[in-house]
Amino acid sequence: MKIGIPREIQASERRVACTPDETRKLIKLGHEVLVETNAGQAAGFSDNEYAEAGASIIDDTTDLWQQAELVCKVRAPQMHESLGKTETELLGEGKILIALLAPAQSGALLDEIAGRKATAMAMEAIPRISRAQKMDVLSSMANIAGYRAVIEAGQHFGRFFTGQITAAGKVPPAKVMIIGAGVAGLAAIGTAVSLGAIVRAFDTRPEVKEQIESMNAEFLELDFEEEGSGEGGYAKVMSEEFIKAEMALFAEQAREVDIIITTALIPGKPAPKLITREMVDSMKSGSVIVDLAAEQGGNCELTEPDQVVRHNGVTIVGYTDFPSRMASQSSQLYATNVRHLLTDLTPEKDGVLNVDMEDEVIRSATVVKDGEVTWPPPPVKLSAAPQARSKPEEPPVEEPRNRTLSTVVGMAVAGIAILAMGSVAPASFMNHFIVFVLACFVGWQVIWNVTPALHTPLMSVTNAISGIIVIGALLQVASPGWIGVTLAVISVTIASINIAGGFLVTQRMLKMFQK
Amino acid sequence: MNYGIILSAYILSSILFILSLGGLSHQETARRGNVYGIIGMAIAIIATLLSDQVGNYGLIIACMLVGGTIGAWVASRVEMTAMPELVAILHSFVGLAAVLVGFATYIDPDIHFTGVEKTIHDVEIYLGVLIGAVTFTGSVIAFGKLSGRIGSRALILPARHWLNLANLLICIWLGYVFLGAGSTIEGIWPLLVMTVLALIFGVHMVMAIGGADMPVVISMLNSYSGWAAAATGFMLSNDLLIVTGALVGSSGAILSYIMCRAMNRKFVSVIMGGFGTTSAGGPDAGGEQGEVVPISAEDTSELLGNVDSLVIVPGYGMAVAHAQHPVSDLTRKLRDKGVNVRFGIHPVAGRMPGHMNVLLAEAKVPYDIVLEMDEINKDLPQTDAVMVIGANDIVNPSAIDEPDSPIAGMPVLEVWNAKTVIVMKRSMASGYAGVENPLFFKENTRMLFGDAKDSVDTIVSNLP
Repeated sequence: MKIGIPREIQASERRVACTPDETRKLIKLGHEVLVETNAGQAAGFSDNEYAEAGASIIDDTTDLWQQAELVCKVRAPQMHESLGKTETELLGEGKILIALLAPAQSGALLDEIAGRKATAMAMEAIPRISRAQKMDVLSSMANIAGYRAVIEAGQHFGRFFTGQITAAGKVPPAKVMIIGAGVAGLAAIGTAVSLGAIVRAFDTRPEVKEQIESMNAEFLELDFEEEGSGEGGYAKVMSEEFIKAEMALFAEQAREVDIIITTALIPGKPAPKLITREMVDSMKSGSVIVDLAAEQGGNCELTEPDQVVRHNGVTIVGYTDFPSRMASQSSQLYATNVRHLLTDLTPEKDGVLNVDMEDEVIRSATVVKDGEVTWPPPPVKLSAAPQARSKPEEPPVEEPRNRTLSTVVGMAVAGIAILAMGSVAPASFMNHFIVFVLACFVGWQVIWNVTPALHTPLMSVTNAISGIIVIGALLQVASPGWIGVTLAVISVTIASINIAGGFLVTQRMLKMFQK
Repeated sequence: MNYGIILSAYILSSILFILSLGGLSHQETARRGNVYGIIGMAIAIIATLLSDQVGNYGLIIACMLVGGTIGAWVASRVEMTAMPELVAILHSFVGLAAVLVGFATYIDPDIHFTGVEKTIHDVEIYLGVLIGAVTFTGSVIAFGKLSGRIGSRALILPARHWLNLANLLICIWLGYVFLGAGSTIEGIWPLLVMTVLALIFGVHMVMAIGGADMPVVISMLNSYSGWAAAATGFMLSNDLLIVTGALVGSSGAILSYIMCRAMNRKFVSVIMGGFGTTSAGGPDAGGEQGEVVPISAEDTSELLGNVDSLVIVPGYGMAVAHAQHPVSDLTRKLRDKGVNVRFGIHPVAGRMPGHMNVLLAEAKVPYDIVLEMDEINKDLPQTDAVMVIGANDIVNPSAIDEPDSPIAGMPVLEVWNAKTVIVMKRSMASGYAGVENPLFFKENTRMLFGDAKDSVDTIVSNLP
């Protein structure tokens, strides 16, 4: 199948849907790859690199859309100024489009594509289940956004992140608060921590506490009980009381921290306003707020999308194109995500596409199928969060008593058995029996102290000393009767193998143990 | 020689044997312990040889020389990966010797007992031969399984429990006949038939036990060989044999207990065998498991070049591939670069207790970086990378996560808590327990397929 990679039209978009590396892998799947001239230029991939990877370079946009049976893009179709028509109009009947389509917000676009009798797959509609993680473009882009948010904050923040005590004076470490510990939030935490900042993070979902703490950041806890996990591992809208408590926490933190990075998003809803004008006013001059939710209206009241604004000495960064600002990296990850989807779509690796609507992942991603809108998909019920544990197991209260009881019973039985034996057995036997029982106890005490690392030498040394059976055989060698002597001779020989073999191999092993 | 002096020599030997086992509690004292054992053995043998009952020295010395030479030759030649086999075959010798000494004692015309003493003596012989015979064939089969001469799968005969029960009842009945026998000739037949039955029982018992349970079997046979020696001690009225047998017997029993606990299995259920064949109820063996992410040896080198801490978890696969030397090289190289390399050893890793420790020691891995499961588990969340080499069930998260899993409740090395896990494996086959391992499908797991030795060699040569 011919896969077309057009140049992105939107001026601020530097990403591209396929890299030269991924081109090679697509060709291995049996596909043909067509790349529009300069498609990868903004992301740092030249036409030559694509050509070397085996792609055909096509100059004319219309030509590319006509030849390609499947088009992979980053952004949703837009008006193509120089051609005077939209990309949807370029999409021919029966063709397939893969892009970030934001299906929940763009019903009109889906209808338009359906009108073209084409098929469309939205990368962000891929469900967040473990099998589909490799195609989860939201995660891979959020990861970049989180990283870049810290870098942008550093750009506008006039101080070190890490605390230093130098000859020229003391530098306190920067304090960073991160709201929302999704993929972007965690990436931001990791980046800020590695730069040396003191990082605190907040999230409405209690199960991320461990993740935050595992990245060496502090989890800001509310004294409030409410489960914030929604379907599919996302956050949900919280109750009013909760939001009140949350806002009080943010107001308190705003006075203290130097950098706030907000990543709070609820799917399909405008971003919650978490940082108010008063909070910004209370922040120290020189502080920075990076609002990763700017595209959905922003978590901060003062955020202006795509702008950097200054308010009372506080810089508020409202870029909406963080991934695009690291075009090379994000193209690479995006292209890999897309290629994984294409791998699932070409199960036979023969270049024949199979849009299998029985497959949960493919079904969810497909928003228009052969001219019919298939959005929204049936829900995929698999949350990444562990099921709430019903209750910690009841501590076994009964057991100690039972155990004591069974010990007492056991000892009583053993005692009676020994007494019974003593009543019939002759004294000579009982003498030996005493030795036997005591030796068992000594063995029991001694062996428990043996370190597990020496269990093998223990076995070989016990092997050697159980060769002591040789003395039984020695006493019989002189006995009359050839059968007895023969048996004794064999016993002496094999017991000697045991003694020599056991001790020597132990010696050999122990020599190897060294510090 | 005076009987009293011989007895005191025996006391001395007993003490030396106890000290010998006590010495094994630490690596520092272990070699001294072994020397104590050798001295104790020498004293016991010399004292016995000097007693009045022993004659025919030429024959004895010839036998001991032959046996000793064979033993020394084997001990110097055996490969460390083959230790389980050696231990198993040595157990079988003790069992065989117990059987032979039992028979020799029974037909010895010099020994005359009457009344209760005769009954007790006969019971001792009967038990000694019985335990010895089971130990003998059981160990031979264990040897065969460990050395690959016999398939390690559990062999399950239909109605095997009934067969065993019938076997036991016949043995008890034969014992009754044996005790009632008026003369040696009359009694030898029940004894011989019982010996044959016990030999069959030994074969059947170990045949029914799967490969993963071998550590338990080996320790159990170790224990049996001790009890066989103790029973021989009773029949010869020899306290030194009783003491030694009891020491060895309890040592093996404790080891079996430790091994069972490490697998969260009941001793009885191991002996009953069949583990790994009845796991049809394993949870969603074919269900949605996600996908494995393979990694090449070259990429692994690169990854290892960037870690600060690494934990290596070896399993039986490392022994099979003889990968301990390259692993040791890898350890040395990484440690030279300042990487904190440690080893996490599960109690049942390998085919006998302590198997991995011996292999790593052979490859000159310093023992203070070789840690036990409990010591390493709490450090794993702070570890950058874990390399699992040829281990499967001992790193299976379903033991913790899935209450229905056949291995549920077994303590495991929680390697998935580390940042990255590299699993070296030959294929996607499941482990001996026959349970799917969700570890392979975890997000932070990378699978390095191929022969462990070749893979580690490639990693070492590509280290940055």
